[in-house]
Amino acid sequence: MNAMNAIKQFIKTWFLWELLLGMKLTGRYLFARKFTVQYPEEKTPMSPRFRGLHAQRRYANGEERCIACKLCEAVCPALAITIESEQREDGTRRTTRYDIDLFKCIYCGFCEEACPVDAIVETRVFEYHFEARGEQIMTKDKLLAMGDKYEAQIAADRLADARYR
Amino acid sequence: MSFVKLLFFIFTSVSVLSAFRMVTTRNPVHAALYLILTFFSTALVWLLLEAEFLSIVLILVYVGAVMVMFLFVVMMLDINTALMREGFVRFLPIGAAVAVVMIVEMSLVLGPKLFGLDIYPQPVPKPADYSNTAELGGVLYTIYVYPFEIASVILLVAMVAAIMLTLRRRPGVKYQEAAAQVKVRREDRIRIVKMPVESRVQAMNKGEGA
Amino acid sequence: MAEFLSPLLNLFPEGMQPIVLILIQALLIILLLTGAVAYLTLAERKVIGYMQVRIGPNRVGPRGVLQPLADMFKLVFKEIIVPSRANKFIFLASPIIILIAALVAWAVVPFDDGWVVADVNAGLLYVLAVGAAGVYGVILAGWASNSKYALLGGMRSAAHKIAYELAMGFALVGVLMASKSLNLQEIVRAQDGSILHWYWLPLLPMFLVYFISGVAETNRAPFDIAEGESEIVAGFHVEYSGMAFAIFMLAEYANMILISALTAIMFLGGWLSPFQGTFLDAAFAWVPGIFWMFAKVAILLFLFLWFRATFPRYRYDQIMRLGWKVFIPLTILWIVVEGVAVYFKLGPWFA
Repeated sequence: MNAMNAIKQFIKTWFLWELLLGMKLTGRYLFARKFTVQYPEEKTPMSPRFRGLHAQRRYANGEERCIACKLCEAVCPALAITIESEQREDGTRRTTRYDIDLFKCIYCGFCEEACPVDAIVETRVFEYHFEARGEQIMTKDKLLAMGDKYEAQIAADRLADARYR
Repeated sequence: MSFVKLLFFIFTSVSVLSAFRMVTTRNPVHAALYLILTFFSTALVWLLLEAEFLSIVLILVYVGAVMVMFLFVVMMLDINTALMREGFVRFLPIGAAVAVVMIVEMSLVLGPKLFGLDIYPQPVPKPADYSNTAELGGVLYTIYVYPFEIASVILLVAMVAAIMLTLRRRPGVKYQEAAAQVKVRREDRIRIVKMPVESRVQAMNKGEGA
Repeated sequence: MAEFLSPLLNLFPEGMQPIVLILIQALLIILLLTGAVAYLTLAERKVIGYMQVRIGPNRVGPRGVLQPLADMFKLVFKEIIVPSRANKFIFLASPIIILIAALVAWAVVPFDDGWVVADVNAGLLYVLAVGAAGVYGVILAGWASNSKYALLGGMRSAAHKIAYELAMGFALVGVLMASKSLNLQEIVRAQDGSILHWYWLPLLPMFLVYFISGVAETNRAPFDIAEGESEIVAGFHVEYSGMAFAIFMLAEYANMILISALTAIMFLGGWLSPFQGTFLDAAFAWVPGIFWMFAKVAILLFLFLWFRATFPRYRYDQIMRLGWKVFIPLTILWIVVEGVAVYFKLGPWFA
């Protein structure tokens, strides 16, 4: 039996049996269905939890949600958020400056988790670019504009995920 | 001047010039490259002599193998040329003496008395189907078979000796044995154990006991 | 071949006609080869893509057929950067050395009966010698770059090329013994008969050793330690960019095609039809020999790509072991076996 095995081993070695097995495998995949997603034309499905470009939301009456509590600034691991605030005439505290540096941001979503009023959120937008230096700073105006533009989608995503929060 | 003659002068002048540069250049890698050029143009001269086997083998063996090894070594060296030139004047007399001896010896065998068209008639060009290789093989394995075999045995002995001189077995060093690794089968490395499935109660009782 | 060109040749004076003919043939081979290399790169990316369950380049032109052109334009317009303190002359000369070595070997390669630029008696030796000279391109590129990774790549390549050149040389000795000629055309003619007369069968170990050594000689995966992008960045051509880099690539792929052509000639009957000696022979008699030659080369090239998609890179010491301790003894052993077979005039091959 042992001799038999040795002979079998000998033949397998010299006829490159294992290599042929490997080539058989890759040869089979040559004809397999391809998984490529042809990106600009086709897109993969996206989760409601997707963390893309940031936005700031408003209440239904148009009032901005952010109360300048600076929890997001504190929790941000990349130190990407800069907030300055002061008291408005009506006595509420509001931000005068809310900057997110997208070069620093790692899109972890901690700011969204930390926010007590669901003001800062991350949207599904991931196709964006900058053309000039300075454009990577998401200012308060840009964030609010994003929020206004995608509010329907943002609200639907929060609702879909609400059960798991 | 015929075309062949022109070629001859081109090849020979290139080989002489590159041999000269090989000795005079400071960079050892450049020297090795000039030596390769010398071999190459010498091979071309041999080709003009219709010695195509020798010419191609010169390129194959010297350019293709020996000089690659040379370059391999020379590229690793960090040679300080200034240091090497220090003893130049001191060793000049010895070098000159050796050179003179060589020139005298060469003049004994080379020269118009022993070479030239008067003594050796100009070889007639061979027909196209003449195979230099087959001719050489025929001679090597019939008339010169003993010298040929002895030469190869000497080379073999030299090779074995060189390996023995450089081989050292250090104790306590772990080597991988590729052949042994390839031979291993799954059965040699893992053992599949079959055991009955324990019921939950039994397992809990065991846990209490421990 | 000369018949096709005779109207063109007659434009030139009598004495120049042979030179013009050779120039035209050389130009034709170079043009065909460049085109073949361009589309071999595309084929490589496509085949490897398909084996990795993706579809490969498909954006430039329909199904990506213009991709090689795009690559070429990109490389032509890129800057050639010479590293500081590099040896500029050798740095720029070494890609050319490689390319010349890859091109001149084609002079003796017969595409069909009589379709050869130079019908040299010592063709086999010539091919070996030219291949040996090509090593310098890699070594010198590594040395002249003034970069440690390039130097390591050059060193690795110097050591492994010598090992596999020996194995290749011994494999060719087997072919030489069987065909009793060094002329590549004679070697093909000696395999005349049927698919079983081709030398792959009596010289099976030689065939395997030659082809695998060929893969190693051309620095292709799984023997691409001279490049080894995961270990030494890109080996000997890290510092090359633009056209200089493109010439390295061109030479590598031209060498692949050359090795495939030589394997086809020496072991797979060159331009001979695979249906010779069978009842199908008459049915395929109209197919020109050059078609069979190209088909065999294409199959072998596909194997190159298949290897690259399948096998992980060998470690340096494993390559040395395979070359010195397996291939060379194996070929020497088979030369002895073949010697006995030739002595007893065995079978249809050595009669």
